[in-house]
Amino acid sequence: MALALQQLINGLTLGAVYGLIAIGYTMVYGIIGMINFAHGDIYMVSAFIAVTGFTLLAAFGVSSVPFALVVVLIVAVLFTSVYGWAVERLAYRPLRGSTRLAPLISAIGMSIFLQNMVQLTQGARVKPIPPMLTGGIDIYETAEFTVRIAYSQMLIVLVTVGLMIGFSWLITRTSFGRQQRACEQDRTMTALLGINVDRTISLTFMLGAALAAVAGVMVTVYYGVVDFYIGFVAGIKAFTAAVLGGVGSLPGAMLGGLIIGLIEAFWSSYLSAEYKDVATFSILILVLMFRPSGLLGRPEVEKV
Amino acid sequence: MGKKILLAGCGLLAMLGSAAHADHLVAIAGPMTGQYASAGDQIRKGAEMAIADINAKGGVLGQKLKLEVGDDACDPKQAVSVANTMVNKKIVFMHGHWCSSSTIPASDVYNESQIPMATVSTNPQVTERGLKNIFRIMGRDDQQGLVAGSYLAEAFKGKKIAVVDDKSAYGKGLADEMAKAIQAKGTKPALRESITAGEKDYSGLVSKLKSAGVEVMAYGGYHTEVALILRQAQQAGLKLTIMGGDTMTNTELVTAAGPAADNVLFTFSPDPRKNPAAADVVKKFRDAKVEPEGYVMYAYAAMQLFAQAAEQAKSVKYADLEKAMRGGSFDTVIGKLSFDAKGDNKLPGFMVYQWKGGQYDYVKK
Repeated sequence: MALALQQLINGLTLGAVYGLIAIGYTMVYGIIGMINFAHGDIYMVSAFIAVTGFTLLAAFGVSSVPFALVVVLIVAVLFTSVYGWAVERLAYRPLRGSTRLAPLISAIGMSIFLQNMVQLTQGARVKPIPPMLTGGIDIYETAEFTVRIAYSQMLIVLVTVGLMIGFSWLITRTSFGRQQRACEQDRTMTALLGINVDRTISLTFMLGAALAAVAGVMVTVYYGVVDFYIGFVAGIKAFTAAVLGGVGSLPGAMLGGLIIGLIEAFWSSYLSAEYKDVATFSILILVLMFRPSGLLGRPEVEKV
Repeated sequence: MGKKILLAGCGLLAMLGSAAHADHLVAIAGPMTGQYASAGDQIRKGAEMAIADINAKGGVLGQKLKLEVGDDACDPKQAVSVANTMVNKKIVFMHGHWCSSSTIPASDVYNESQIPMATVSTNPQVTERGLKNIFRIMGRDDQQGLVAGSYLAEAFKGKKIAVVDDKSAYGKGLADEMAKAIQAKGTKPALRESITAGEKDYSGLVSKLKSAGVEVMAYGGYHTEVALILRQAQQAGLKLTIMGGDTMTNTELVTAAGPAADNVLFTFSPDPRKNPAAADVVKKFRDAKVEPEGYVMYAYAAMQLFAQAAEQAKSVKYADLEKAMRGGSFDTVIGKLSFDAKGDNKLPGFMVYQWKGGQYDYVKK
């Protein structure tokens, strides 16, 4: 019982991170119908910005953790959004209107480029930061097991919930959100109505990158270790989350992230940690067999 | 080029010299060039110093020692040709090679020609093939798990021990050996798990350890995952001691794990510079501006082994030397050497170390 509760907390934390990254995949797919394979590496770049930021602040003698966190979060979001914009501008926009495969290959190339760039400039070794937010609250105690929420876990969950509320408001209530949804439905028609489609797509990439940046900072605080390769595993998991929830659906991405986080947490504590990934992907296959468009996805209707 | 001619000239002189004065020709072989050349250089410096010392005391059986140097660049093909060259030069003893992948093919050549050899290669296969001429003066890869496991079972008697690996060839091999050793001491590991290296989240493993009441974890794998597991254990309020292998010497572990790194134990080859009996030799090396690190002392010890075995056998013939080495016991700078039937030495090949405030040292028993 206590173990289950603990794993629920661990799983939700992990799922929140996957969900944040998955939204970037799903938004980009929604608007231009391609999988942005460089997205996981955008997240990796933001983790490196976070490590650099925390190290610099510590070097200047800033010891207040909340202050450092806010500063690094803002800096990381700004820089990473620029990365998101640049990737779209350089690698995808010139290929718009060409075959479906072209931007896909371009995305894989971009992913390799970002990985190698960070590896060359930052080195292949892991970059650690000293523990920042240690400790937590014990919420439930039995004789043999104490359920504990670490402060960093609380931070991740709270920030994710806050971002989700803000994000749904942005998409459903603002004029940018309307433009974004319009582009998703029909780009040509949207352009005819006088909306700058290229600008909307750029903003979408920047938004996705910003969410990945938040995930990158959170992960840096929580785990304390980054390397140039973390984008790959996280990207694959988040992509799976997006597909599981239904690619193109924003709540679906979050739901998919949470489900994968929970499966991993429970499987590794009750069964074998060794087959954790096998379990995750088996469930993905099962879901896709019965609901090919994912849990919350709309089936794609081919317009003739 | 000039150097090469000089070297060849020296070799020629050495041969002529050996014919004239009937010196004992002993040889070293290893990577004198290439990416591991620093190890070859250490071996050469150690052997040169040892031979100078032995000759200063009157040599072996009244004759001086002369050194031959072979360069295999850690290439198995080149190692075999070096071995054939050495056999033609009629050496009586070989210290080498260095890379296990060179030692194994070269040892067949020495075995056919009946030349005894002492090596520092660590792959188990070096002594597992039943060759009589080969003696290993360093630890074996698979001893590491034995040392680590036995230490855990004794030092943490009555505590629950988990055995975890990262599924890599190195990690799984090490963890299996540790589990075997723990079991041999009568303790059953409380948990046997594998994780995927390269991930960041090990909270599932940590919760599992916590609910099983595990306080000690034997881990086969690399330092990165250990740092993450320690951090996450600390966040979950679990005080965990981790025993790892030689990869835990990396200082990144301390940066990433913070003060929790003090809970990391690991096995690593003994540092011969810490051997009190070798203090004079260490000082001598340092006076000659050579730091006796890495393989320097092992090369010195190999030459001591040959000299003492020859004195005990009163001969440098293969059969006598082989018998003396297998049965005898030798005072060297790396400790008292004696060998088992396979040719592995009986010294503790690995010591247990512990991190303390960013430094590591032998664990206090």
